[in-house]
This record gives sequence, C-alpha cells and structure tokens, in this order.
Amino acid sequence: MNARSKSAALIAAALAAILLPAAGCHKKVAPPPPPPPPPPAAAPTPAPTATLTASPSTITPGQSVVLNWSTTDATSVTIDNNIGTVNANGTQNVTPTATTTYNLVARGDGGSSEASATVTVNQPPPPPPPPPPAMTESIFDQSVKPVFFSFDSYKISPEAQQILTDSVAFLQAHPDVKVLVAGYCDERGSEEYNLALGQNRANAAKDALVKAGIDPSRLRTISYGKEKPFCTEHNEACWQQNRRSQFSIDQ
Amino acid sequence: MASLQRSQWRSQQRSQWRFACLVATFFLTAIQPRAHAQDWVHTGTNLGAQKIRLAAADFKPVGFDTALATDKQTFDSVLYADLTNAGIFDMVSKSMAPPVMPGSPKEINVSQWSAPPANAAMVAFGAIALQNGQVTVYGWLYDTQNLQSPQVLGQQYTEADGPNTARHIAHEFADAIITRLGGGIPGIAESKIFLVSNRTGHKEIWEMDYDGANQKQLTRLDTISLSPRISPDGHRLAFSEMGKRGWDIRMYSMDLNRLVNFPSGSGSDLSPAWSPDGNTLAFSSSRSGDPEIWVSAASGFNPRRVTAYAGPDVSPVWNPKTGTQIAWISGRTGLPQLYIMDSDGTNVQRMTDGGYATSPSWSPNGQFLAFAWDRSYGPGAPGGQDIYVMDIASHRWIQLTHDIGRNDFPTWSPDGRHLAFQNFQHGQRQIWTMLADGTGQHALTTVGGNSMPNWSWK
Repeated sequence: MNARSKSAALIAAALAAILLPAAGCHKKVAPPPPPPPPPPAAAPTPAPTATLTASPSTITPGQSVVLNWSTTDATSVTIDNNIGTVNANGTQNVTPTATTTYNLVARGDGGSSEASATVTVNQPPPPPPPPPPAMTESIFDQSVKPVFFSFDSYKISPEAQQILTDSVAFLQAHPDVKVLVAGYCDERGSEEYNLALGQNRANAAKDALVKAGIDPSRLRTISYGKEKPFCTEHNEACWQQNRRSQFSIDQ
Repeated sequence: MASLQRSQWRSQQRSQWRFACLVATFFLTAIQPRAHAQDWVHTGTNLGAQKIRLAAADFKPVGFDTALATDKQTFDSVLYADLTNAGIFDMVSKSMAPPVMPGSPKEINVSQWSAPPANAAMVAFGAIALQNGQVTVYGWLYDTQNLQSPQVLGQQYTEADGPNTARHIAHEFADAIITRLGGGIPGIAESKIFLVSNRTGHKEIWEMDYDGANQKQLTRLDTISLSPRISPDGHRLAFSEMGKRGWDIRMYSMDLNRLVNFPSGSGSDLSPAWSPDGNTLAFSSSRSGDPEIWVSAASGFNPRRVTAYAGPDVSPVWNPKTGTQIAWISGRTGLPQLYIMDSDGTNVQRMTDGGYATSPSWSPNGQFLAFAWDRSYGPGAPGGQDIYVMDIASHRWIQLTHDIGRNDFPTWSPDGRHLAFQNFQHGQRQIWTMLADGTGQHALTTVGGNSMPNWSWK
C-alpha cells in the first residue's frame, strides 16, 4: 500500500465509523479524486514500425507458409497479394505456387513503413515414379502365367520357356513378392506317382526361374498331383489344362 | 471307322486275355517247383475239383435272450461269408444244406451232410448261446469221410456281448477252420484294411474289417491325407498329409487313437513304407530337390537317400520276407516303371518293359509283386489300368483284372491269397477285393469315394 491509499483507507474507515450506526450497510464513500495529471505535452506522433516474416521461406508448391507480422503506431496495415487490410499484429497461412514477395505497408499518423518477406517456391523435382500398385492376385496372375506340360512330362517346352521369361521380368520388377510354384497333373495315372511327377513339374518351373536370375529363396514348390484339378472333364483339352505349374503369391 | 477300331480293339483284348490265360498257366506251372506247400499258387494251381467241399450249418441258438436271434443270424452269415471268401473251399450253398441245426456232436447226423445234394467233405456246426451278457459259441468241424473219428476241430469261444461280438467270434472260428484246412496259413478274417475315404468331404484315413464291415474314420485333419501304411505290429499307421507347408509323413497311434510326433522334412514327403521288422521306413522325398527314395528310422530320424536319378521316384515297398529289398516306381526313363533294388540302393533291376506301371505291393512270401499297369498308356490309348502280379525271379506276369475300369493300389492280404485294390468305373472309386488268381472280385465299399487300400500285416 502506498501512503495515499493508506490515508484514504483511514478516512474511509473514519467515515464508516461515523455513518454505520445511522445508515447500516451503506455504500462506501469514494475517496476524493486524485489531483489531475498535468496535461501531456504535445509530442510529435512517431512513425510506424513494421516487420514481416515468412516461415518457412522456401517451399515446394502445395506447401503452406506462415506470414507473421507486427507493427507499431500504425492506423492501417495492408499486405499485398490479395491479402488486404489486416490487424496491426497477426499471422496468416498462405500457399503460394510461385516465388512471391509479400509487401506490408503500415500507415500511421507519423507516416508509413514497409516490410517485405519473400517466399521462394522451388519447382518440385520430377515426380518419383508412382509407387507400384498394391500387389493383388489378379495383377500377379496376369503377369505370371502358368506353364503347361506334355503328358507324363516335366520338361519345359519352348512355349513354356517364353512364358517363364515374361514372368521373370515381372518378378524382377517386384523383388518383394515371394512365389509358390505348384505342380499339377491330369486325372489319369496313379495318385502317388502323380504327386511325385507334380513335384518334378514344380521343380522344373522353379529351376527355370532360378536360371533366369530369380533368387531361389523367393520360390517355394509344392505338388498337388491330381488332388486339385483346374478342370474336371475327361478329355484331352481338360487334361492339358491340368498338366501345369501354377504360380501364386506365397503369403 | 470307329466301330472298326473298336472291334479291332475288342479282338485285341480277347487275344490279350487268351494270352494272359496261357501265360498264367505257363507261369503257374513254371514256378510250381519253387512254390512252398503254403503258397497261394499251390492253391491256385488246384482250383476247381480239388477245393475242399465244405458245409457250414446254421448254428443252434441256446437261451431266451431277445438279442440272441440277431447274434445267431450275424454269426451264421459271417461264418459262411468268411469261409467263402477264403477261396480254398467249395462251399455248400445254404439251399443245398440239410435244414437242420445240429448244436453238438450228439445232434449231428454226419451222413446227412455227406449225402447229395450237399456232398460235403467237411461240415462246420455248433451252438451259440447268450446268457448273462456273455456270448458263448461251441463250434466243431467234422470230416464226413472219417466216421471213426470225424472231429477235426472243437472250439469254444466266450466273449462279452457287444455290437460286434457275434461277428468277431465267427471270424475267429472261420480263421481256425481256414488255418486247419488251408495248409497252416492263418486266415485273414480278423485282418483290417486301411484306406482313404472322402465321404466327409475331405480325404481322411479310415479303417475297416477285411470284408468291408465296421468302417471307421481315424483322422480328422480336414486336409488331404493319402497313402495309409499300417506298421507290421499294427500299432502305428504312417501316411502322408498335405499340411500348410506341403506333404509330410504323419504318424497315427492305433493305441492312443491320435497323431503322434513325427519329424517333417522340407519338400514333399510321400508314400511311406514299413520294413517288415517295423524299425525302418522308406518313403519318397523331394527334400534334396528331385523326388527320390529315402530311408529313415521308424522315428523319422537319420534319413538317408537311396536313389539318385532325375525324375519321379515314389511308392516304395519292402520285401516283407527278407526286409533287404525295396520295390518302387521310377520315371527315370519316362513313363513310370517298376524297379527293385537292395535297400541300400544297389542292385537296381527294372521289372517292367514299358507301359505305365505304378503302386507295387510285395507278396508276404516275397515271391511276387502286385502292381497296377496300363500296358498301352498314352494319349488316346484305349487301354485300361489293371492289376497284375509278377513273379520276381522269372519276370513272368499275369493280369488279374479285365474290363472293370481303372484299377490301382493292389495290396496283399496277410495270407497272400487275396488282393484288395482301388477300382474306378462309372464315376465311382471304391475298394474291391479278389482272390490272388483274379476270381471272386467284389466291392467292399459303397459310400463316398474310397482309395489306396492297405491290408494289415496280420
């Protein structure tokens, strides 16, 4: 407490002691007003000040930048580039698509002041190759086609070799894909023998892929023999469909 | 054109059949000096007139239990069927038998059975009683030509009554008769056949009695189980199953009624086979790349490769007499052929000269290989796949099935007198059985698709 308010409190307390018995609870009596301050000297209005920053100052198209400004002694603050009149202090997000210099003008009674900030927009690097589409069975099946065999044979024919060559290109472009190579046989012949023959068919297809440079650790073989035929009619066209090595994504 | 081809084919088939008969006669005659007295060939060469004429009387029911009639009926029909199936008797049909049920030696009039129309040389008869939950059977076998001392067998069986008791006792009595009259070779009425059945929607391992009764599911894996092979002692069953990672040998305990541990290898492990001492398994494995024949301890440990040729090698089977040889199927020269070798991989011998040969089974006496053979296999070839038996020493063979579709997976009965096999015709895959001379062919299964029979060792 300073001395003046201490004396005011004393006066108030004294008044209250006098008035309370008569008036009960009565409004406090305001202290006497302090002496008026001396009138200000007519000083000259200072010129406004202004700062403007952009953060970050370098971006690529699509990124946004925060403009941050502050002014003093301004009655009107404007920023160009379609921002217009703004508050004396503030921030705003902008997303320039090309290198832009933002100019701020602060006008006041004392004059005007300018500030500027340049945002450099770098043209983006050539876009990275689009990421490979998510591997799906249908994409895989379109690219890695089955190979077919003659009856009781596990020899890779020239046609089969061509199909395998196409598959190799796809598999090399997708090094993360692991492959199950499954051998199948037609319904003729014996179940046990066909399981061994199907294994030989799977092995033959795998060996051809490995020879063409596919990492053998990506390839797993299995034989279905005649246990899971693709086609169940009893004719050569159907049997040919079933004498195959089939490739699938090894989950 | 088509009919011409067909008639040519038919006549070819006929001449093949005649050829096969000739070969069979020659084959059987040629090997007879080598044959032991107990061999089926001995029986086979004496087909017809020299079969023993045997009558099986209906048994006399004793007691008042309501279940007795059912038990008696089962017993009579199973006994008659077992004796008929044995293949060594000329059975007196029930319609020619005297309409009597002699329950004891005092009640039988032997001359009634030796007289026409029965003309029985032997007669089996007796009584079946059901008292206090016990089935008791008294069975006799009488020689009708020896009136002085006609009794050949006198047996008594007592077992707690259950759904299979009458059937089981009938099997026991039949086996006793067959053993006595069949050169001392035990009968097979109590043997089992293991098989693959898809009747649940998945190929699982099943078992059944030798006559197709009591079919029972063993595995419930909901995958694909194939190639059941029962151990010589009957305690374990090896088979191959397609699990998540491919084909593995699995082991089923017949004592615990569940799978037991068996190590799995990489690659496809297929078609296990027990050595006759039960200590060793042979199987096909692609763990080294190409499918080859491997041999391991019965525990699955210490595997070692015994073949090393490119191409499928599969379906091994041990010589059950010696345990030192393995027969198997190899595609090393193209179409699958039948080979034998010593179990260490030496002394490889090719047994078939062409066609498509699969699924060997080695006869209990070690002399013969049964296998499936399509002698004119190829695209458009009309041939069937039939069951053949080859004499190993001479490479002579006979064809046992004709014109009944495609046949595969023959398996010898423990007495060497029968073969069960897989038959496929009219879209139905079923287990059939026959005598080892090809007669008496009939189906044992009718429900679902059934394949890959494997007959127990005893």
